[in-house]
Amino acid sequence: MIERQLILEDGTVFTGKGFGAETSAAGEVVFNTGMTGYQEVITDPSYCGQIVAMTYPLIGNYGINRDDFETVTPFIHGLIVKESSEFPSNFRSDETLHDYLKANGVPGIYGIDTRKLTKIIRKHGTMKAIIIDVGKPVDELIENVKKLPDQMDQVKQTSTVNPYVVPGRGMRIVLVDFGMKHGILRELTKRDCHVTVVPYNYSAEKLLRLKPDGIMLTNGPGDPKNVPESIEMVKTVLGQIPLFGICLGHQLLALACDADTEKMTFGHRGVNHPVKDLEKNKTFMTSQNHSYAVTHKSLRRTDLALTQFALNDNTVEGIRHKTHPAFSVQYHPESSPGPEDTPQLFDEFLQMILETRQKENVYA
Amino acid sequence: MPKKMTIERILVIGSGPIVIGQAAEFDYSGSQACQALKEEGYTVILANSNPATIMTDKTMADKIYMEPLTAEFLMKIVRKEQPDAILPTLGGQTALNLAVELEKSGILRKYQVELLGTPLNAIEKAEDREKFRALMHQLDEPVPDSQIVHSVEEAMDFASEIGYPVIVRPAYTLGGTGGGMCHDESELKEIARNGLALSPVNQCLIEKNIAGFKEIEYEVMRDRHDQAIVVCNMENIDPVGIHTGDSAVVAPSQTLSDREYQLLRNASLKIIRSLDIEGGCNVQLALDPDSFSYYVIEVNPRVSRSSALASKATGYPIAKVAAKIAVGLTLDEIVNPITGTTYACFEPALDYVVTKIPRFPFDKFVNGNRYLGTQMKATGEVMAIGRSFEESLLKGIRSLDVGTEDVWLPGLADATVDELKSRLQKCDDERLFVLAEVFRRGMTVEDVFQLTKIDRFFLVKLQQIIDIEVWLSENKFNPEVLKEAKGLGLSDVHIARVWETSADDVYTLRLKHAITPVYKMVDTCAAEFASETPYFYSTYEDEQESVQSDRKKILVLGSGPIRIGQGIEFDYATVHSVLAIKEMGYEAIIMNNNPETVSTDFSISDKLYFEPLTLEDVMHVTNLEQPEGVIVQFGGQTAINLAEGLERRGVNILGTDLEAIDKAENRDQFEQLLNNLNLLRPKGKTVLKLEQAEEAAHQIGYPVLVRPSYVIGGSRMEIVYDDDELHNYLAKSNGADSAHPILVDQYMTGIEVEIDAISDGETVIVPGIMEHIERSGVHSGDSIAVYPPKRLSDLIKQKCMDATYKISRKLNVKGLINIQFIIRHDDVYVLEVNPRASRTIPFLSKITGMTMANLATRCILGETLKDMGYESGILPEVDTVSVKVPVFSFEKLRSVDTILGPEMKSTGEAIGHDKTLEKALYKGLTAAGLSVPQKGAVLLTVADKDKQETVEVAERFHQLGFQLYATEGTAAFMDKAGIPVTAVAKIGSFERNVLTIIENGDVQFVVNTLTSGRKPRSDGFRIRREAVEHGIACVTNLDTAKAILNVIDSTTFSAKPMIKRRAILS
Repeated sequence: MIERQLILEDGTVFTGKGFGAETSAAGEVVFNTGMTGYQEVITDPSYCGQIVAMTYPLIGNYGINRDDFETVTPFIHGLIVKESSEFPSNFRSDETLHDYLKANGVPGIYGIDTRKLTKIIRKHGTMKAIIIDVGKPVDELIENVKKLPDQMDQVKQTSTVNPYVVPGRGMRIVLVDFGMKHGILRELTKRDCHVTVVPYNYSAEKLLRLKPDGIMLTNGPGDPKNVPESIEMVKTVLGQIPLFGICLGHQLLALACDADTEKMTFGHRGVNHPVKDLEKNKTFMTSQNHSYAVTHKSLRRTDLALTQFALNDNTVEGIRHKTHPAFSVQYHPESSPGPEDTPQLFDEFLQMILETRQKENVYA
Repeated sequence: MPKKMTIERILVIGSGPIVIGQAAEFDYSGSQACQALKEEGYTVILANSNPATIMTDKTMADKIYMEPLTAEFLMKIVRKEQPDAILPTLGGQTALNLAVELEKSGILRKYQVELLGTPLNAIEKAEDREKFRALMHQLDEPVPDSQIVHSVEEAMDFASEIGYPVIVRPAYTLGGTGGGMCHDESELKEIARNGLALSPVNQCLIEKNIAGFKEIEYEVMRDRHDQAIVVCNMENIDPVGIHTGDSAVVAPSQTLSDREYQLLRNASLKIIRSLDIEGGCNVQLALDPDSFSYYVIEVNPRVSRSSALASKATGYPIAKVAAKIAVGLTLDEIVNPITGTTYACFEPALDYVVTKIPRFPFDKFVNGNRYLGTQMKATGEVMAIGRSFEESLLKGIRSLDVGTEDVWLPGLADATVDELKSRLQKCDDERLFVLAEVFRRGMTVEDVFQLTKIDRFFLVKLQQIIDIEVWLSENKFNPEVLKEAKGLGLSDVHIARVWETSADDVYTLRLKHAITPVYKMVDTCAAEFASETPYFYSTYEDEQESVQSDRKKILVLGSGPIRIGQGIEFDYATVHSVLAIKEMGYEAIIMNNNPETVSTDFSISDKLYFEPLTLEDVMHVTNLEQPEGVIVQFGGQTAINLAEGLERRGVNILGTDLEAIDKAENRDQFEQLLNNLNLLRPKGKTVLKLEQAEEAAHQIGYPVLVRPSYVIGGSRMEIVYDDDELHNYLAKSNGADSAHPILVDQYMTGIEVEIDAISDGETVIVPGIMEHIERSGVHSGDSIAVYPPKRLSDLIKQKCMDATYKISRKLNVKGLINIQFIIRHDDVYVLEVNPRASRTIPFLSKITGMTMANLATRCILGETLKDMGYESGILPEVDTVSVKVPVFSFEKLRSVDTILGPEMKSTGEAIGHDKTLEKALYKGLTAAGLSVPQKGAVLLTVADKDKQETVEVAERFHQLGFQLYATEGTAAFMDKAGIPVTAVAKIGSFERNVLTIIENGDVQFVVNTLTSGRKPRSDGFRIRREAVEHGIACVTNLDTAKAILNVIDSTTFSAKPMIKRRAILS
């Protein structure tokens, strides 16, 4: 295998071996602590533009299968593992991780001290980096890394360009795609919803013409402030149609209600994050992937109530509008990957739609 | 939720003596629980009959009862202490079963004692096969086709319905005792009969065979708020069919995709919720390797061996958290002690691979049935941590301490491929080594998979280890390849074998090229949060996380896996040494690899290195930490064996000099030592060649004791009575050479006495002298020890003391020393000297109140006993009596002879403590699980040499109203002595014979002594096994029989006629 390097903007250089695509890549390095679910992570569009380091050292053990994709093509820029399994073993395995990454143009690096990398990110926050084959002078490369521009258009890259329908006989839900994981769609279709997936920049007017029973704002990559048009759309539909946001969708709901968001030091990425639900007075294990969070203090002067928070660091994990039928969570109730402790949120969303309708009937 | 304020006093039930299936893990969980409850301000009352535990230390609980763990004694404790609550979920199956008994007796209701942790009905739902199945059906969770049976006939009927093979699982037994896989009718007949006999409710489950499925375990926790989490999941390398305690296990699972992981997680959480458990629970599942279908195999509604493993594997202290949950705290308010900043309500993320490998007792029980099945046979286990599976596995293998630091056994090199294949198919305790060997022979992963059903993932990894062996052999002394091999976890010894060089050379080459490991922290969170835990493992990577303080450091070596002869006692001593080192202001660093123990709880020492105990691994730690020295005398033979190599490589061994250890262990030097000191010893010779053995035996005179030198617990030691037996013995031994001579000693009968002393080289203090009930010839670990001694005159005691002083001073012992004596005609013979901690340390410490390991550690570190206020002498004897009774696990080890001899066979011990010897013995025997019969019948079948002595025994049984049965020879002899006895026929005859009376439960007690030598499969052997299999006490030593008679005598009233007047007059 070819020698490959991971070069961080702070000048740290890791030398390992290359796998996956034979190209170089740049992006923001983040780490994920999940011990299973690498296929879902690699194909989660929220990682668009990022180089993902898996903290669990053995990745690729059960191969890549045709079922567990969260999107059709991966958006991650690179993958960092301690060891990439060359001989996966699982009845669903179709190909190795290496073959999959290679086919999809994603370079990987293995054989580096991923724990050391994780600790660097934990201390200094997410960093820009490149993965490149050994050869070019390192000093030059470090300078290049430092000069890498911030990415602004990840949502545009990952969102669908045209609307499409996944038909069902139940509630009519419009899913605004900011870089949707298939898991969200799966939860809705499991509940027999008729889902119309629309692009992130679909206008409020067009959206309302679809006469949905409910609107879902999906997860997605990057800074929510990079999609001001979506914030405007949410502002318009809020109060008119029941709304449920996940991840980036959650941040957009907050921004639309005049709360603020901020970038976290290194974010939450993994499948073991405890979240306390204040309404249910219970703690749940959640699957998370976010670099940005709703600023706790900024909720004060808004119509939003804090409903859930991260047990370990008090990050805002759930909000609900005090008067309008709208709520959102920072984590992934659709899991995939991760614990399936909170799928009831989808039921609660559908329930909220029913209740809103009943109220309307009463007061109509 | 705040903790419960309605309760104040909590009774914690321990797990009692160590047996297969219930080992040190419950000392770990029990100690954690007691501490956690005390932390919360509760008064803790503890009941446990195992003196070798840390949990029975006076600081662990407010009140400690070392009484037998039976409902009878617990009721006494409940009446006396009137606790508000009882916590039975941390003392294994023993404590859980007792809780059920107590509840049923009504005493808990009467005294309003609340049952904490697991509700009674949950215990029943999980343990009772029928209720369990009903619950699973109700939850819509799949269980394999099965049927509850109460008779062998029912079992046969059901098996013919579903087809063979089937699995038999007896209800309410430990570690799958009595269960097994049956391939045909005859196997089923035997196993079902045995299983029904061993089940306290005479119930077995006959289950469809799902062998070949992946066996996956989840350790789950739940609080009273219904918050539930998974602490860890684990994957057995061996598929379903082999008891998880006997399987190599990895954590986390390696071959499950997230969907499979979550599928089984959901099932596990659903089960713990439905059982309303407040605390920890273990769920075992079987997953089809070719689909998503799975079965729930078993649920343990309590903290278990697996949870100890999960705690050490993740750093998450399950027992501590479970105890806090039991008193009402919830997961989201208990702080995660590892990070100190996050909460216990989370699921640990590992960034390493953990491998657990079982340690089997077949180095001791060479004739035992070594095939693995659903009944656990391992006595202990090791755990290893690495950043790759290969590294973790290989570290685990060299932690086993089975004479190899390599996944290679010399014996396998000669086996044919067919032999190896058949061993793979049947699967035995050397499985991992056999697997490595077949890959060396070029078998393919696919072929091996077909034979074993072990997941290809693991097989490929094993094959890769063999591949690197080949690569190594093609690139001798190449540093690049060496680096690669070290990265994969190969030991220096392993590489040296392949390179045909010495481990020292490999080590030197490595140092030259700076190929050394770094240490990573176990932090529960994969480095996501900053942690301060001083819990480390080695790996070959970049960043060194173990930072050295500028304090003076002492490294203590632990004793590794629990095995026969090296049990939890050594962990007890190790822990106390560590605590003493901390008290003295040093930084205490410990190295050990046993996940079950208290010593590997990271909160005990200042720093824990969870590492193999080999020269290589210890050197890495000493090179990094630069301790003042290393203490080896508490870690049993494992640590002692490392001393020489460490000293050779320049490490300072603290305490007694190596030379002194050698003087005690090298026969010639030992003889010289005793001669110089004018002390007697049984005649003995060391021989280097097999032929010399016979000559030596003749010179000494039969019977003689033969054994290899440097042994643990009398390994491969035998008493032989003539040339034939001697030749038999020699034929079995692997040969002798200058490094491994054979010792031939005179076998001398007499009272055996044991002394443990603490010495600083000048002052020598003896907390107490112990006397053995059994005469010499029975291994000291298998004898009943009595303190204070009852049969020794003051003169004899003084002689023993004098000898102890002389030896300790001559050897300049700094620390502990154990001496065994034989008393014969007022002469004191020195049998054995062990200048290190012995297995009696905890027993003696507890009954005399002197923390021996603490004082010893102070001596080792240079303090003098004089300065501590002691002078040479013995502590005044107390007026109560304590006995240490050995506990065996024979019912779990088929084909192992139960006869006691010079080779140690017990797995644990229990204490009996009371005003008189008889009362103490009664308690000790009861605590050890031997039911002392009060009435009924006794079977006597003894060797010719013992017949005369048996008359007295028979007479006393007769006087106590017991009916006597005897085999023909013995019966004739008794008859002559005028004792009424019923003769029974020999094995094999169709009439009522010696086996059938045991089988039919006609006798309650068996006295059987060994005919001569050891001939496996003799009639005596079958009698002894039959008794074990039917749970009937079988005593193989007349001294033990007499002691039991004394107990019966003092607890029953015999009917005796008045002496006739005429008789007196005449």
